[in-house]
Amino acid sequence: MTYTSLALTLIFVLIPLILSRTLQLGLEKDTIFATVRSIIQLLAVGYVLKFVFDSDSYIYIFLMIALMIVAATLNARKKGKTIRGITWKIATTLIIVEVVTQSILLGLNIVPATAQYIIPISGMLIGNSMVLSILFLNRFTAEIESNKDSIELILSLGGTPKQAVHTQLINAIKASMIPTIESQKTIGLVQLPGMMSGQIIGGADPVVAVQFQILIIFALLTTAALSSILVGFLSYPTLFNERIQFLEANNQKI
Amino acid sequence: MDNLETSIQFQNVSYQRNETIILNNVSGDIYKGKITALVGPSGAGKTTLLKLCNGLISPTNGDILVEHKHITDFEPTSLRRQVGIVLQNAPIIRGSVFENLALPLKLQKKNLSKDEATAMLTTVGLEDSFLNRDASDLSGGQKQKLAIARTLINRPKILLMDEITSALDPISTNEIEQLIVNIKEKYGVTIVWITHNIEQAKELGDFIWVMMKGQLIESGDHSIFSSTRNIKVQQFFEGKI
Ligand SMILES: Nc1ncnc2c1ncn2[C@@H]1O[C@H](COP(=O)(O)OP(=O)(O)OP(=O)(O)O)[C@@H](O)[C@H]1O
Ligand SMILES: [Mg+2]
Repeated sequence: MTYTSLALTLIFVLIPLILSRTLQLGLEKDTIFATVRSIIQLLAVGYVLKFVFDSDSYIYIFLMIALMIVAATLNARKKGKTIRGITWKIATTLIIVEVVTQSILLGLNIVPATAQYIIPISGMLIGNSMVLSILFLNRFTAEIESNKDSIELILSLGGTPKQAVHTQLINAIKASMIPTIESQKTIGLVQLPGMMSGQIIGGADPVVAVQFQILIIFALLTTAALSSILVGFLSYPTLFNERIQFLEANNQKI
Repeated sequence: MDNLETSIQFQNVSYQRNETIILNNVSGDIYKGKITALVGPSGAGKTTLLKLCNGLISPTNGDILVEHKHITDFEPTSLRRQVGIVLQNAPIIRGSVFENLALPLKLQKKNLSKDEATAMLTTVGLEDSFLNRDASDLSGGQKQKLAIARTLINRPKILLMDEITSALDPISTNEIEQLIVNIKEKYGVTIVWITHNIEQAKELGDFIWVMMKGQLIESGDHSIFSSTRNIKVQQFFEGKI
């Protein structure tokens, strides 16, 4: 694609701008801001990737992945502000997810150990892990908030922290995993997954593209399960102190 | 007065939350095998005092002794089994009456036998046939009886109850009052009963504690109803506060 034709795609930005102006939606500023950001971010990523691919050095691959984990952690932790030490808990989760999935993919030679494979796959898996952590934290904090009485009941009868939040923990883990599982049921029927579409447009054999997509969706299942469960089991103990008191009940900063 | 043994001792207990003082220097003894009625206006700190005894919260100052042992020397879970509490609006868990009764034992990875379950139902005046009923179908009074039975499954030495009859009609209230007296006699448990009903406190309390604004301002046996010199307490007894 030439830069002239790429420039022509700005028509797709112009249409919502004009509509926003005529209907007074007030979205012009946001739209322009988002457009500029996406241009800068994607171009930067493109050049960085080109540099990393060309150098083919593991140090750059490692740095690239570290950067992804940092960005994903900073994004996800906003949803878990009430949980003490949430930043490290999310970072640990993302690192474990990355190590486990890449160990399987590279260790068993499922994909070649080159930047071209490692970086995009890591990006998809870490991104998904981040979304799952956010989904989990949203649901978990909501479940805790609306079930304080039951949590207090179990504690008052001599239950442990894990027993006290067990139902809320399981509900939140399940709820955060369901979208991943559900989306696999309709995959390919409604819309072609982004990565597969990209490969096909890029000229790859559709069957090869499908093979990679299958690899990704299977890996996403592991990512989803690991992320929710890890964030969940790392988070719940911080809701209690060493006297097994629910910290919400003490209204302390948690 | 007969020989009284102390069950719970409060020694200059204060509880503060953020900047607010919720309990202010409470000292006093709760006697073993007796019913202490805890009364006072809304917001006086009654619920807070009970939660301290069960260990759901800890005092910011002062000591609480349960059977002469500092509560901090108990394992939290063990303290909570020995000092049972029926919380205000205690939730009934999803499932059958049996599952609710078995909950305290399940938390210790133990099972409740059917015989024990029916015996406990009888103790609280519910029929055996309730055992397999969905607990959410019970009436308000029956739910309260179930909540009491559930706490009793741990065989507590002390039973704390927070306004367990305040949402009930007079007949259910009466049944529960009778039930509590029976439990006291049958198990010899020490009972602390929060109520906003002065008549109930008079009728059932061996001892009366009056709390206001985080302080224990009057305590003693029935004689306090006539002997108190505190104007606020007099007004409270007369239903004017
Ligand atoms: N979670 C909390 N955060 C802040 N303040 C609280 C909290 N729980 C209780 N308080 C305050 O502590 C005071 C005592 O509350 P407590 O529930 O012990 O009163 P109470 O005597 O049981 O009242 P009631 O008869 O209405 O149940 C009240 O002023 C209440 O607002
Ligand atoms: Mg109360």
